[in-house]
Amino acid sequence: MSVSTSDEMVPPTRRRAWRSSPVLRFVLAQPLGAAGLLVILIMAGAAILANRVAPYDPEAVDFMAMLAAPSFDHPLGTDAFGRDILSRIIHGARTALSIGFLSSLLGCTAGGLLGVTSAYFGGKVDLILQRFVDIVLSFPIIVLALVVVAVVGRQPIAGIDLNLIAAIAIPIVPRAARVIRSAALAVRAMPYIDAARAGGYRHSHIILRHMAPNVLAPYLILLTAYIAQAILLEASLSFLGLGVSEPKPAWGLMLAGDSANFYQEAPWMILFPGLAISLAVFAFNLFGDSLRDWLDPKFRM
Amino acid sequence: MEFSTAAGTVRAVDGVSWSVGAGETLALVGESGCGKSVTALSIMRLLARPAGRITGGRVLFGGRDLLALPEGEMRAIRGRDVAMIFQEPMTSLNPVLTIGAQLAEPLTIHLGMNEVEARARSIELLGLVGISDAERRLGQYPHQFSGGMRQRVMIAIGLACNPKVIIADEPTTALDVTIQAQILELMKDLSRRLGITLVLITHNLGIVARYADKLAVMYAGRVVEDGPAEQVFRAPRHPYTAGLLRSVPRLDHPRRQALETIEGLPPNLLRPPSGCRFAPRCAARIPTCDRDPPLRTVAPGRRAACHRAEDMPAALPTTPAPPREARRRPQPGAARLLQVRGLTKHFMVPARGLLGRKAVVRAAEDVSFSIGRGETLGLVGESGCGKTTVGRLVLRLEEPTQGEILFDGQNIAAASEREMRTLRTRIQVIFQDPYSSLNPRMTIGDTICEPLIHRLRMSRAAARERCAALLRQVGLPAEMAGRYPHQMSGGQRQRVGIARALAMEPEFIVCDEAVSALDVSVQGQIINLLAELQAELGLSYLFIAHDLAVVRHLSQRVVVMYLGRVMETAERDALYGAPLHPYTRALLDAAPVPDPEVERARAPRALSGELPSPLAPPSGCVFRTRCPMAVAECAATVPPLREVRPGHLAACIRI
Repeated sequence: MSVSTSDEMVPPTRRRAWRSSPVLRFVLAQPLGAAGLLVILIMAGAAILANRVAPYDPEAVDFMAMLAAPSFDHPLGTDAFGRDILSRIIHGARTALSIGFLSSLLGCTAGGLLGVTSAYFGGKVDLILQRFVDIVLSFPIIVLALVVVAVVGRQPIAGIDLNLIAAIAIPIVPRAARVIRSAALAVRAMPYIDAARAGGYRHSHIILRHMAPNVLAPYLILLTAYIAQAILLEASLSFLGLGVSEPKPAWGLMLAGDSANFYQEAPWMILFPGLAISLAVFAFNLFGDSLRDWLDPKFRM
Repeated sequence: MEFSTAAGTVRAVDGVSWSVGAGETLALVGESGCGKSVTALSIMRLLARPAGRITGGRVLFGGRDLLALPEGEMRAIRGRDVAMIFQEPMTSLNPVLTIGAQLAEPLTIHLGMNEVEARARSIELLGLVGISDAERRLGQYPHQFSGGMRQRVMIAIGLACNPKVIIADEPTTALDVTIQAQILELMKDLSRRLGITLVLITHNLGIVARYADKLAVMYAGRVVEDGPAEQVFRAPRHPYTAGLLRSVPRLDHPRRQALETIEGLPPNLLRPPSGCRFAPRCAARIPTCDRDPPLRTVAPGRRAACHRAEDMPAALPTTPAPPREARRRPQPGAARLLQVRGLTKHFMVPARGLLGRKAVVRAAEDVSFSIGRGETLGLVGESGCGKTTVGRLVLRLEEPTQGEILFDGQNIAAASEREMRTLRTRIQVIFQDPYSSLNPRMTIGDTICEPLIHRLRMSRAAARERCAALLRQVGLPAEMAGRYPHQMSGGQRQRVGIARALAMEPEFIVCDEAVSALDVSVQGQIINLLAELQAELGLSYLFIAHDLAVVRHLSQRVVVMYLGRVMETAERDALYGAPLHPYTRALLDAAPVPDPEVERARAPRALSGELPSPLAPPSGCVFRTRCPMAVAECAATVPPLREVRPGHLAACIRI
């Protein structure tokens, strides 16, 4: 048997130019996720610039245009008070995204720290923390949120519905803790954690400086995934009358109350807010899935 | 052959050519990244697509060019005429299929056997590779086999279709020394009996010396030298070959002060240097080396790619041992820095189900030793012998079950968390794997400054200055502080690990397999660095390793462990010169020496049997199941460690 290979000129790599930009690489590698990201960015832009983008004041009542069908004046129609639905959806994005993002951030951060701590100490600490997580997990997510709202009340504090955020964040905590703990268990077994222990640092230092940064990827994935969940939850709570209260525009709220009474005369009252919720959730889920593939080194060449 | 990667095109193998005749054993030698595995995969056309492309060349097998064959015919050749055995026996068998099913697969596919025939042949094959009770074992799954046994199964699968060639890619690297000897003896024996050509890919020169007829040395994607093994070992014609041979610590040579090393690192194949690729590291470099040396015939049957091949190896200066301050010789009986007495660690394995019984792994049982100031104690043994556990106990990364660990008079085993925090500035650790022992999210500078800032309360500026000094001390440029671990090579990372350990100016460092993950030439550099630092700073080491030659090079005293127990303890020269315990002798016998003449002279002898499960160690002497000297008495009592000669302790009743 004999082996020989010969030289040949190496063709220059064609695709070097775009390799340098991570955003462009993400777009090309994960087109669906990029589409989700685009929708998210448009929504976020609309939410931030709501006062300029929205054609009407979302809370302005116009008795001349009650239950108006979509027209040139009101692209998505008006509701029973003559309020412009497009404007309410645009302002509703503010509520949905801010509460969605903040509660997911709060829930995932608290859950993540819990999970990392649980994995770091192991043994009895782990056992007790995880049984606590089990108990909280045994409540359906909406029931738990309802309980929290019932307990803490629903008065907005400092203009933001802090208690609503807490109500949505608390059911996320145990779920995030579970996922982050399993990722952190693998990190816990790495020699650099032993090296840190041998260095004699405080436990909090090792957890925050050595463990936490190494579970950043699953944390980011969870964060985006739970924004979608939180938006849904906020809509559900508002629909049930436990979330945002009238006349503040919120998607879930727009589905409740009068919309149901007029669904035959004015189906746009239900259709468009419902579409907004679905689109937001869909966009975050698409983006979250691609982010997972993107951050998982096993899917990388 | 070239690979395209995100960073550009790597010409992983470049103009490689070699040949091997029927029934011969060819060894393909080189360090990691030199292209030896890629060569093997190219022959089999098993390269990952689309990243890997073969851009030119031919692979002639019995006159046919394998690279030009259609995929269908190539599939027929793979597994039937040319079989391949991979390094990792743990992952190269499918865990959800029985051994029988995996053995029958090539038989039914390539040879068209029916189930009954395939089963009969499978039993025959398992017998051939030395697996007893073959009939029953066919129904078992891979996880029921040990690493060595799995590698035997892989060999059996490779042999299934009577191949003409077996390509074995680092077949024993993941195995213990004694098991490695068994597997290689088996492969050599089969090759001799069945006339199979063996292509052995390895980085271990000892294995080459013992088993290979021919040898091809690869460096940076090219063959730099080839020829009959004996001649190449006696008089290497390429400076790289010569350097490799000189940089390994050897059991058959007197111990030298410092190892000779090949300075520098292999080139990055994304931007290979023009001219001779070895020239930047070569001590015999001349101006002509700017031109690329062709691989040319330098003697009958021998080729080398060096302009000065005829002058080699004489032209290569032997680097004199660096002048060293007289080592403060540890006086026997002088202050012991660390004393370990009766150290025992049991791991509880949780019971299976309600009625299951809790099992106990006896990772360390009644281990005692002591280390003086400025001294190195070597701790050797095969995997699972408890040496790493002992290291972790000394660092108090595990809680001991029993026994005491006195460090400078203070018992580590019973220290409170507060006392331990103080002790941790005096005891440090260097880990085996330079890839996972550094936090990937921290820069090198942050890693080294961390203990300075958080433990020694230095200011940031002072810490940065000290960090630069530490980097220089371990032979790295201070600018490296801004890099992340993945931007460095294995050897550089290990230097960072050493710098981190030195940061708090400890008196004592546990080196847990600190050099075993490194390439030969880099390993020599790190060993020298450890020795220099010891001489300079008066450090004491607990040096845990499985490589007997490395341990001998660095240690003053050596402890040999087997299945959690100490088998023998002695001064280095006494232990290597006149080992008492049969296990120590078996270990020394199993370690191949990089010299074909020495190796051919030694009779083939491999310790038989498998390492018993630490869940159910044998009664009495734990070594008795594999011991050539065992008698009935050995099963009755645990032999105590007793002083056979002054300072030389062994745990065996037959001495």
